[in-house]
Amino acid sequence: MINPLRSEEDAFRFTLIVAVLLAPIALVAVIWSTGAALAVAGGLVIGLLVGLFVLRREQPPPKADLRPRRRDGKHRILVVANETLSGRALHSEISGRPPGTETELRIVCPALNTKIKHWTNEEDQARADAQQRLEGLLASLRRDGFDARGEIGDDDPVQAMEDALRLFPADEVMISTHPPGRSNWLEHDVVERARERFDLPVTHVVVDLARERAAARSNIGARPAI
Amino acid sequence: MESASIAHAAHAAHPPEAHQSSRVDSRLLGVLLFIISEAMLFGSFFTAYFFVRVVQGVDWPPAPFEFPVLIASMNTAILLVSSGTVHWALHSIKKGNRLGLQVGLVVTFLLGVMFLVTQVNEYFKAGFSIEDGAFASVFYGLTGLHGAHVFVGLTLLAIMNIRTARGHFSPESHMGVEAAGIYWHFVDIMWIIVWSTVYLL
Repeated sequence: MINPLRSEEDAFRFTLIVAVLLAPIALVAVIWSTGAALAVAGGLVIGLLVGLFVLRREQPPPKADLRPRRRDGKHRILVVANETLSGRALHSEISGRPPGTETELRIVCPALNTKIKHWTNEEDQARADAQQRLEGLLASLRRDGFDARGEIGDDDPVQAMEDALRLFPADEVMISTHPPGRSNWLEHDVVERARERFDLPVTHVVVDLARERAAARSNIGARPAI
Repeated sequence: MESASIAHAAHAAHPPEAHQSSRVDSRLLGVLLFIISEAMLFGSFFTAYFFVRVVQGVDWPPAPFEFPVLIASMNTAILLVSSGTVHWALHSIKKGNRLGLQVGLVVTFLLGVMFLVTQVNEYFKAGFSIEDGAFASVFYGLTGLHGAHVFVGLTLLAIMNIRTARGHFSPESHMGVEAAGIYWHFVDIMWIIVWSTVYLL
């Protein structure tokens, strides 16, 4: 939904819409009667509701205004992940980048929160949890020789990406999620929304933490006894 | 001086740096919250209006009083035009036309003054006072509340006129006019609703 107060232009458009909608009501009130005008008002309200909720077409969002990419030979990747930050699949995807190219990583970890806590501004715990996961991955990437930095982002992952991309001139965006069916982000079309919003290649990495843990347990179990 | 202009040019070449979520500009969020609170204030006055008119079933207006519908309709036209002029003013500064901004703001201010003078004149010639029953209290309450908002809008426009004359606004920086413009459109919308409910229906 468009916020009519986001800019003066939107407010002006909203003023014109109100004026145009009220014009037939005013005309009928002056020419006929108040009852007829109320009937017209009711018809307009029903028409508006039908227009808003039934005939509404989803318009693709405009492309975000991003920082221009730097042509200095470095490949910059913006990685967006939360619970899957500790996943081995994500780590392998990052590590599997062609050797020889210098890679700079910026990790954004949206501070996921419940709706109630979001609206009551209770986000300290969510941020602390996200920070802990982020530091774990950053330490691991730096051990592997990557130039990696990270930050906590908005709880909406697409918004968090946009905020980060305003500062970080990325060449690629990497989104890590749980597998389909278990991922809240996939449920909310985060990957598709990012592809529509940003004029950058978007890589989707699926991290199945349950399978990775099961594999790790079976590896431990299969180790020969000393 | 040179380094400042270089820094400015570098800044203008990119989107502004974000140090917080850019979902809503904090200054516009302030305007939005202010206008929401104003809408609630108007809502309470409209509740009184509907209570008097619908629940108590008072004739609107009760005989022998009459509302000056023609003058109120002229005032509606004045405010609608003033919305257009403030929009034109802002459009001008976005294109770097400072004269357009100044002319647009002056014309908007004059139209607002014209509206207020007409309304005060209407009060003197209405033929009833605020003490002549619930209908009169509601009428003066609603239109007076709106008039007070027009006065606040005029104060903002006067400040914007002075700032424009001092060259405070540029195509990149004109948030003051943007906020005043949004407020002025809000005042206009409120009048359209007051006019159609109080005078016409």
